[in-house]
Amino acid sequence: MSNLVVLPILIPLFFGAMFVFFHNKLAAVRLMSFVVLLINTATAIFIVYEVYSKGALILETGGWKAPYGIILIADKLSSLLILTTNIIALAACVYAGATLDEEREKHYFYTLFLILIAGVSGAFLTGDLFNLFVFFEVLLMASYSLIVLGATKVQLRESIKYVLLNLFSSMLFVTTVAFLYSVTGTVNMAQLAERVGEIQQKGVLTSIAILLFVVFATKGALFPLYFWLPKSYTAPPSVISALFGALLTKVGIYSILRVFSLIFVYKLETTHAFFLLLAGFTLIFGVIGALSTHNVKLIIAYNIIPAIGFMLLGIGTFSAESLAGTIYYLVHDMIIKAALFFLAGILVYIAGTSDLRKMGGYIKGYPLVGWMFFLSALVLAGIPPFSGFIGKLLLLKGAFAEKHYLVAAIGLGCSLLILLSIIRIFIMAFWGEQKEGKKIKLKRGMVIPPLALLCFSIFLGIGAEWVYPHIQSIADGLANPSQYINEVLKAR
Amino acid sequence: MEILMCILGGALFAAGIYLLLQRQLLRIILGTALVSHGAHLLILTMGKLNRGAPPVLGEGIGHYTDPLPQALILTSIVISFGVTSFLLVLAYRAYQKNRTDMMDQLRGTEDE
Repeated sequence: MSNLVVLPILIPLFFGAMFVFFHNKLAAVRLMSFVVLLINTATAIFIVYEVYSKGALILETGGWKAPYGIILIADKLSSLLILTTNIIALAACVYAGATLDEEREKHYFYTLFLILIAGVSGAFLTGDLFNLFVFFEVLLMASYSLIVLGATKVQLRESIKYVLLNLFSSMLFVTTVAFLYSVTGTVNMAQLAERVGEIQQKGVLTSIAILLFVVFATKGALFPLYFWLPKSYTAPPSVISALFGALLTKVGIYSILRVFSLIFVYKLETTHAFFLLLAGFTLIFGVIGALSTHNVKLIIAYNIIPAIGFMLLGIGTFSAESLAGTIYYLVHDMIIKAALFFLAGILVYIAGTSDLRKMGGYIKGYPLVGWMFFLSALVLAGIPPFSGFIGKLLLLKGAFAEKHYLVAAIGLGCSLLILLSIIRIFIMAFWGEQKEGKKIKLKRGMVIPPLALLCFSIFLGIGAEWVYPHIQSIADGLANPSQYINEVLKAR
Repeated sequence: MEILMCILGGALFAAGIYLLLQRQLLRIILGTALVSHGAHLLILTMGKLNRGAPPVLGEGIGHYTDPLPQALILTSIVISFGVTSFLLVLAYRAYQKNRTDMMDQLRGTEDE
């Protein structure tokens, strides 16, 4: 029992609501959101410290014992993801202050932003399947408002599709929870795991598992359910795209990771083999999308999809090593996608267009941006010694060890194509003749966030010796779910 | 009774999905409302439709009705109510801005 667990949800939610009353005092709200996120990050660091030294923190809300009430649980995986989320949120807060127009900021950007963070944190922390649905709705509701913030023609058009699709998949989620409840009589994840294990996932349970997978796959943008992602993520301003790209799809993949390493692990030859197949297709189609366009933001948005494919590959292989790869890749990808969207935003700001063919020669005027872009391209593609490499190494090693040669080979090939798609931006935008147009002075708040995230990402790669044992211990915990179940249900 | 409710839920789903596949925006929104009604009915049915017993187990009570589905439905209804009202406003603004409510004209082109 520890009230600490609820703080990463409560702090942003409370202050987000408070900012509604002060939305016209922009300078104060900007400063306050930064301070709030700073406090939240400090809390997250403290939670991580507590979890790694004493074991998982559990809060039984309302004092109801584990299987009866809703529980919030911060284990190693959730606490790590909460910390990553807050770091990205801090960077996004600074970047938003520098790039967003006042009109958008005044129309409750910071409120919605903080509520989004609260929703994402809640989804990472909850130990109850129905509560996961509720937190999904919290973060989706914030994202619906963020995606349409500003109400330009494109935003209105794309947000309708985004809302409709997510609404439908949410209803599917409710249906699935209803089915699961009727079969097992519980919505608590630990008890679900126990009961599904007792009957060895017989009968209709595998169908329910796949239905649940479809829901998460829609949120996480997996093949063939990724079609909504690229356009709707590029419609809003860059800072919002960065938040979506870094956090939202990752919540989907986190849910798959949690549910299919804890609850539905008894019919691996059906479910997880199916994941491998989808991972292969997700990789291929995502990369083809990334190579098909000249729109900078669209290229980055398409690059979200193969990253999800890589993570699913790890879940499909399902060994302790490949799960470690998935977690490493998850953290790496959250950080580097945010940085890339920030950099793409700077590029669009400099060029005044998102069309690559109208850019060129910016390395002279903006050397720092150019080099940051180059480095993040290397990090994303997984060139050693950066963080993408460690994640991919673990994933592919796991896949080869389990004899999934084809999908591993697809992964390797796609890494090259990812590098091509990103380096193409670098070549076309930074090399060549300088296009006309005067030099625009970049604000400090635009350059620092991607720089900080990039440093963080490089640390994840260079400091792998230090980070990797922790990640491996998370993966070992996931591969052996009885520990999680006992921790949650020990109160009985 | 459960069978009847299941059939009703299924019919709502079918009608909702038919409406979701239409081109006109308002029909699609009505479709999402129907689908969510279907899902809510399903939750209610999945907890077995018992009546006339207390919702808690105690000493000397062998028979009880399950209160959890109703808590779940209440939450879900509130959420889908909120999202539907948001969607209606969004659709109205989109209609004002794009001057059309037909989905096939909202496809968008590369050169924007």
